[in-house]
Amino acid sequence: MAKKSVTKSESGKTRRVIVVGGGLAGLTTVIKLCEAGVPVDLFSLVPVKRSHSVCAQGGINASVNTKGEGDSPQVHLEETVYGGDFLANQPPVKGMADAAPGIVFMLDRMGVPFNRTPEGLLDFRRFGGTLFHRTAFAGATTGQQLLYALDEQVRRYETLDVEDDKGTAIRGEKMVRKFEFWDFLSIVKDEEGRARGIVAQDIKSMAIKAFRGDAVCVATGGPGIIFGRSTNSVINTGTAAAAVYQQGACYANGEFIQVHPTAIPGADKLRLISESARGEGGRVWVPKDPREKRRGRDVPQGDREYFLEDKYPGYGNLVPRDIASRELFLKCFHEKKGVFNAKSQKNENEVYLDLTHIPKEMLRKKLAGILEIYEKFVGEDPYENPMRVFPAVHYSMGGLWVDFERADNGSLVMGSPKNQSTNIEGLYACGEVDYQYHGANRLGANSLLSCIYAGLVTGPAMASYRQGLGKSSFDSSSTLFEAAEKREQKKWERITAMSGSENAFQIHEELGQTMLIDVTIERHNDRLDAVLSKIESLTDRSRKIAVLDSSGHANDNARFVRHLENMLVIARVIAQGARNRDESRGAHFKPAFGKDRNDAEWQRSTLALHRDNGDNNPGINFVRAFDYSLLGKTQNITDAVDLSLVTPRARRYETAGAASAVAQHKGDEPKGAASKESAASAE
Amino acid sequence: MADKKIRLKVLRQDSPDAGASKRWEEFDVDWHPQMNVISALMEVRKYPKTVDGKSVAPVVWESSCLEEVCGACTMLVNGKVRQACTALIDQLSPNGEPVTLAPMTKFPLVRDLVVDRSRMFNDLKKVHAWVQLDGVHELGPGPRQSQENQEEAYPLSRCMTCGCCLEACPQINDSSNFIGPSAINQVRLFNLHPSGKMHAAERLETLMGDDGVVGCGKAQNCVEVCPKEIPLVDSIARVSRDVTKHMLFGWLLK
Ligand SMILES: Cc1cc2nc3c(=O)[nH]c(=O)nc-3n(C[C@H](O)[C@H](O)[C@H](O)COP(=O)(O)OP(=O)(O)OC[C@H]3O[C@@H](n4cnc5c(N)ncnc54)[C@H](O)[C@@H]3O)c2cc1C
Ligand code: SF4
Ligand code: SF4
Ligand code: FES
Repeated sequence: MAKKSVTKSESGKTRRVIVVGGGLAGLTTVIKLCEAGVPVDLFSLVPVKRSHSVCAQGGINASVNTKGEGDSPQVHLEETVYGGDFLANQPPVKGMADAAPGIVFMLDRMGVPFNRTPEGLLDFRRFGGTLFHRTAFAGATTGQQLLYALDEQVRRYETLDVEDDKGTAIRGEKMVRKFEFWDFLSIVKDEEGRARGIVAQDIKSMAIKAFRGDAVCVATGGPGIIFGRSTNSVINTGTAAAAVYQQGACYANGEFIQVHPTAIPGADKLRLISESARGEGGRVWVPKDPREKRRGRDVPQGDREYFLEDKYPGYGNLVPRDIASRELFLKCFHEKKGVFNAKSQKNENEVYLDLTHIPKEMLRKKLAGILEIYEKFVGEDPYENPMRVFPAVHYSMGGLWVDFERADNGSLVMGSPKNQSTNIEGLYACGEVDYQYHGANRLGANSLLSCIYAGLVTGPAMASYRQGLGKSSFDSSSTLFEAAEKREQKKWERITAMSGSENAFQIHEELGQTMLIDVTIERHNDRLDAVLSKIESLTDRSRKIAVLDSSGHANDNARFVRHLENMLVIARVIAQGARNRDESRGAHFKPAFGKDRNDAEWQRSTLALHRDNGDNNPGINFVRAFDYSLLGKTQNITDAVDLSLVTPRARRYETAGAASAVAQHKGDEPKGAASKESAASAE
Repeated sequence: MADKKIRLKVLRQDSPDAGASKRWEEFDVDWHPQMNVISALMEVRKYPKTVDGKSVAPVVWESSCLEEVCGACTMLVNGKVRQACTALIDQLSPNGEPVTLAPMTKFPLVRDLVVDRSRMFNDLKKVHAWVQLDGVHELGPGPRQSQENQEEAYPLSRCMTCGCCLEACPQINDSSNFIGPSAINQVRLFNLHPSGKMHAAERLETLMGDDGVVGCGKAQNCVEVCPKEIPLVDSIARVSRDVTKHMLFGWLLK
């Protein structure tokens, strides 16, 4: 039998695949695809160099153990799943922790200007949820530096030709074609429900067009803007995830939203002050006297309450974010002990984050990027004054459900087409948009890592899928693509013709308000019921929006309406997921159900599927199991979490070393049953 | 001060080929604390009505990170090129002076405050702004580097392709094809890297033509406007020197 060509379709077209999103996850996927000889069309809302990943500040985790502290990938795995309150599938986490040192070395080889030790090695700092120096960093703009390094590698592939099966260059076909300033609208599905391509809109000319791809990956980042203001970039509306969810992709663990304890207030954005500030020794405190009128720097030590250090002597200011945010909330909202503001004559919801005891030279070398932000936006010198900060929505642990293939050693089978596959055949997802690596709470500096690791896994998975695919999308009937294009064109015409009385930005503001107040740090069922009816009424009102711009050119206004409609859909998945889960686990905290998780009932992933009721009022099916098909095989999926590597135990950050059984010598806790478990799983 | 207003004067144009639609429009928006140009524009977008009460299409601009790290929001604020997201209203308009906003002039206009900066990304291709990697598979640690080397490279590496320097540079104009300071700075950056260096000659050669380093008239405007305070003049001087050296002796070294 003649071997089927992998580079050309039967009709002679070059077989490309599609990656939507050029943050860390998307770019890594592209690089891996190119290395496997698979040409890629890369779509992004903004030039990929401006993707949201550019905002990441603090660093990226890898257990390189440069400081000789006894850190190892096994400890990294244990601390990650413990920090995530045992909701993450453990094999992908193991894969990630094992790969981390290699990933950081790869980035270093690409030219990321990581900070160095005197010996010329990579320097590492501390981050939350661990006692080890595990976080590599480039000043306080690590995400920017990582994104640029990957962007540069992809740019190089833009200049390289595609080669055919014999290794001859195909003229005019480059390994990477970029489509920047394009908004992803939906995937194109064939009769069997496989992803065959996408429909996207050029946001300058507003042209809507379908593209073929043998496989599609969405690496479109998080949905922070659903909460109005957050630490996220304004483009993070989660619209792409919402679109594929409505086309049948499963959305998992949506209710797990990370609130970061330390951001600075702003009318347009809540700018983050990275955890690295505490990793380098920053201390959080409030004045003991809630009426304290002296400026922060003038309050003597004895009059300060270092409430995190007091309550969590083991991890101090570096407890995981869910815990730190809850403690800040307790101080400010419940105890009304936030920093007193002389102007407003009240206790603001702010605490001090203090770096003033650290030598300035060191701050400049390691944290200048974030201190600049504070200085620019607050107009105060953080080298001299304790910063005023408060919690802000930051990251989504939940996202598109993706599969994985477990290897015998507990890690992943590299190159399996199951890895990072959604339940729509041919559609992959990776990066913040997936739900895979962080369980109920993400540890700081694990996201850049999970994005890159997921990309390294997704590339080979898509390449294998393309190899196994019977018929290329480039041989699919063109009516499929024409119909999809028409469907989206009609949707667009519906939006541009909207002439009701509602204001899209007003609706967004109300959505943000309700989500922010009742679906973040503390959740109560009666309030969640109110949120759900609010979302319903906002959804009704969103059908009566007046579109204020009739232009056929760079029409951001009408485009926002589409994003808003999609935000409302995911908001509902988040809020309903929170309503259903009657326990406290990681970032999901319901005081009415106690402080601890309920493993008997809730040791499972939330799986949400869109239900089209054929009217304006779609529902959500929360399921315990589903099937999907991949390359001719049916996969049976349940909501059970793979806990095969680290046995769940209670989460207690009061004691040093509690987060990792093998690393307990770092702290002083006696070795208990838990350490026996992990010794058994460490091979 | 609930009723304090901020006046924005915005230079608008509907599309690249609609030169006739070029016009100034004025908007009043409510002042709020820590307001910046982007948050002011967000207010305009919500209820786009000019000061004479005319309902108009919302102003279009580019932005993403809102913390001066993505490079998207470059425009002329009160005539000076800068990032709009860090342009604080209280500093621009301490006594309620109007704030003017206009698009950059050295790039093709798209609409209102949006311009097309794709040439900058193409220039990065031209100068081979990357380290040539053998692959992303595990090949062990990267080359060791001194702290001094990192401290020289890191600031150069913060260029966010915002275009401020090109806008300010007098040598960037219709009658010149000068590549501009940001791409030259990238050549310095990659030629510093221990493995990037191995292809230094290749990068220098891309700057030997009339669009290369000779285009710089040493006016130093670029360094003054760079929001990331990149030592551009220094970079240009060093790269020029290396280009000259390479032109004179390069063939001898081959
Ligand atoms: C302020 C801040 C600081 C952080 N610091 C750290 C840190 O120090 N360490 C850490 O590990 N993590 C950190 N994080 C988290 C981390 O930055 C993100 O989770 C991560 O960068 C997400 O990367 P991504 O590749 O998934 O997506 P993104 O970088 O968000 O990229 C998404 C891509 O998808 C594209 N896209 C989106 N929608 C569409 C659409 N509809 N059509 C076409 N394209 C689309 C975008 O253009 C973009 O290219 C931080 C986050 C924030 C907000
Ligand atoms: S120094 Fe050179 S590059 Fe910089 S503004 Fe002047 S002419 Fe332009
Ligand atoms: S060198 Fe500075 S001004 Fe020029 S593009 Fe880069 S960051 Fe902007
Ligand atoms: S919005 Fe990113 S630099 Fe201003």
